[in-house]
Amino acid sequence: MTDHHGDIDSVTGKSTTGHEWDGIKELNTPLPRWWVISFYLTIIWSIGYWIVYPAWPLISSNTTGLLGYSTRASLAVELANLETLRGEKMAALAAAPLADIEKNPALLALARAKGRTVFGDNCAPCHGSGGAGAKGFPNLNDDDWLWGGTLEQIMQTIQFGARSGHAKTHEGQMLAFGKDGVLKPDEIVTVANYVRSLSGLSTRKGFDAAKGEKIFAENCVACHGDGGKGNPEMGAPNLTDKIWLYGSDEATLIETISQGRAGVMPAWEGRLDPATLKAMAVYVHSLGGGK
Amino acid sequence: MNKTVNPNELTSDDDYGPLYAARKKVYPQSVHGTFRRIKWGLMAFCLGVYYFLPFVRWNRGLGAPSQAVLIDLPNSRFYFFFIELWPQEVYYFTGLLIVAAVALFLMNSVGGRIWCGYLCPQTVWTDLFYAVERLVEGDRRERMKKDKSSDPMKLERISEIVLKHSIWLLIAWWTGGAWVLYFNDAPTPVKELVTFQAPMIAYIWIAILTATTYVLAGFMREQVCTYMCPWPRIQAALTDEWALNVTYRYDRGEKRTSVKKAAELRALGEHVGDCVDCYQCVAVCPTGIDIRNGPQLECIQCGLCIDACDNVMTKIGRPKRLIGYDNDINIQRRQEGKAPVYRIVRPRTIVYSAIIAAVGGIMIYTLATRSLLDVNVLHDRNPVAVRLSDGSIRNAYTVRLLNKSGYDRVVAIDADGPANLTTHVVGIDSVTPDRPMIVIPRDSTSELRLLITAPAESNPEKSIPVRFHVTDIGLGEVATTTDNFVAP
Ligand code: SF4
Ligand code: SF4
Repeated sequence: MTDHHGDIDSVTGKSTTGHEWDGIKELNTPLPRWWVISFYLTIIWSIGYWIVYPAWPLISSNTTGLLGYSTRASLAVELANLETLRGEKMAALAAAPLADIEKNPALLALARAKGRTVFGDNCAPCHGSGGAGAKGFPNLNDDDWLWGGTLEQIMQTIQFGARSGHAKTHEGQMLAFGKDGVLKPDEIVTVANYVRSLSGLSTRKGFDAAKGEKIFAENCVACHGDGGKGNPEMGAPNLTDKIWLYGSDEATLIETISQGRAGVMPAWEGRLDPATLKAMAVYVHSLGGGK
Repeated sequence: MNKTVNPNELTSDDDYGPLYAARKKVYPQSVHGTFRRIKWGLMAFCLGVYYFLPFVRWNRGLGAPSQAVLIDLPNSRFYFFFIELWPQEVYYFTGLLIVAAVALFLMNSVGGRIWCGYLCPQTVWTDLFYAVERLVEGDRRERMKKDKSSDPMKLERISEIVLKHSIWLLIAWWTGGAWVLYFNDAPTPVKELVTFQAPMIAYIWIAILTATTYVLAGFMREQVCTYMCPWPRIQAALTDEWALNVTYRYDRGEKRTSVKKAAELRALGEHVGDCVDCYQCVAVCPTGIDIRNGPQLECIQCGLCIDACDNVMTKIGRPKRLIGYDNDINIQRRQEGKAPVYRIVRPRTIVYSAIIAAVGGIMIYTLATRSLLDVNVLHDRNPVAVRLSDGSIRNAYTVRLLNKSGYDRVVAIDADGPANLTTHVVGIDSVTPDRPMIVIPRDSTSELRLLITAPAESNPEKSIPVRFHVTDIGLGEVATTTDNFVAP
């Protein structure tokens, strides 16, 4: 082969490539023929590949290839196949009355499996992948529900959302008593401490319980009910239990009362099909908090 | 570097010879005798089991497959007569493989490659194909003559060849067909196959097994044993001087002379061997070797040369078993005038038998006592624990119940842990407080969502063990498992 500079290694009698590092010379050992042939074959193969499959990016599209193959198209076909495959089971789910699904182990398993994946895709960003929630986003595993925890109520909340703009959405919000000038700052502090006392939390020294009760009765009972037990019709939380959506410390309560709260839950009707909505409601209900 | 060399001039350590020699076609001659009879018997037995086992029925009750031996892939079940195995129980197959391997070692230390000579599928099917060949084309001499004749093909010869290959293909096809029946309720696929309605995969498997049977037993034959099979090599490493091998007793056979010469020499009082150099042992050998050259890798220990030589010995009035199952030690001893010794009970046979007995015993024990009711529990990880509105703490679990029996069961689920735990299964309104009951259909698994709640005042520590009991209400059978209750 090519022996550069005619340099022959004296030990092996082979020619060298002429490359030298720190006095060590590289022997010219050609690749085996089969290796070289396979190498050229892969090049030929790749050219064929460019022609047959989509390969070259163009400015706004790409070459589509002779086969017209497209991963998107084949995904669509596979998804359609999957739907037909599952069609029968999902039809059974769609047909079953909401209340009966949990009593039927097969339907429950299907609804939970379906519900879990749909939940992961759509609900997890706010409620967390396991539905554990976060500040301002309700935990769906516990037994405290702003808009009610029966199957029907959960279904309704998922379908229409809360303050979502949908015609049938849940309405009602926590007013901004401070910002709107309804209550004075010292009244807000008093009623905040009163609310803490409702669920057995400690109160500020010198807090006037009677005054707090009076302010609460005049401003809050309309939504939160007598004694602060809450009202799912208006999404007014129960103020006597141990669960707090935004936090129970005094500062947070003062902020809540001053600024108001109005979290939004989007409406899912129209975005997901009825059987899927049903599966999701059953899944959320079966997380354990359902009434 | 590859100069052309005449292969006949090569010595075994000639470095530059060609690496491959063309196969010499073997024309084994038919033979009658003890070992041939044993081989026919075992062949009938093995093939009979393979071809007909799928048709054996076994009543397991309504809804369960009634095939005695069935590999039910869609439902992940394996049925073997009264045994039904679940995918979780693959360790039985591991045990079976261990027993099979050690049994092969044991066979080998007792009688050399008896597996190869009598039971190996390659031997059995090749033997069958040879029988067909002999039936259609005639015995050794005729086949050799027919193959050699340079006449233009006569119609008779062509029809012979066609007939032979047709029968071979038929056997091969049946072999592939029988395989498929192990994976399905046998009569159904038979019907489907005949009416061309079987699933594609069945036809593919039949095609593969037909092709392999036809090629391996019809064409490759002894080459599989000599070149492809690892067992001769492994066997050679596992064997010892006591193992019985098909042996030419050269102490008795040498010097070889013709019958007539032998008589003359004996009359003169000279020592002659019993071997009359008739080459019968070579003619019958399915691997085409001469056993008189000593133990050889190619020898599958089929014993046919023993039968051949015995027949010769009977004819010339000499004692039988000039070729027989023997070991090297005895040839030595006989030459020294000592009586031969045979030793089957040796340390290695004892160890092998003990291993087989131990593994077999464990398998039988676990099979006999295996539970038909099982429970697995998986703790929810997200969230690990939930605080409820009254301050109590709840953990959620995924419970999987396995009912491996052939009847529906009603089971109660109890969770033992710290006092005052309440147990609830989603979708079930318990009749008895805190004791959810559920029906698990036979031969199936049920998955449940189980919630355990501890009251606020119990103030559970970080993690407390909880035991789950699943009790069959009718039979009292209990399955148990443990997990933890975790506080937030
Ligand atoms: S030598 Fe004898 S035992 Fe060995 S394969 Fe040939 S016929 Fe069989
Ligand atoms: S068959 Fe027996 S007698 Fe004949 S050649 Fe073989 S060993 Fe010798």
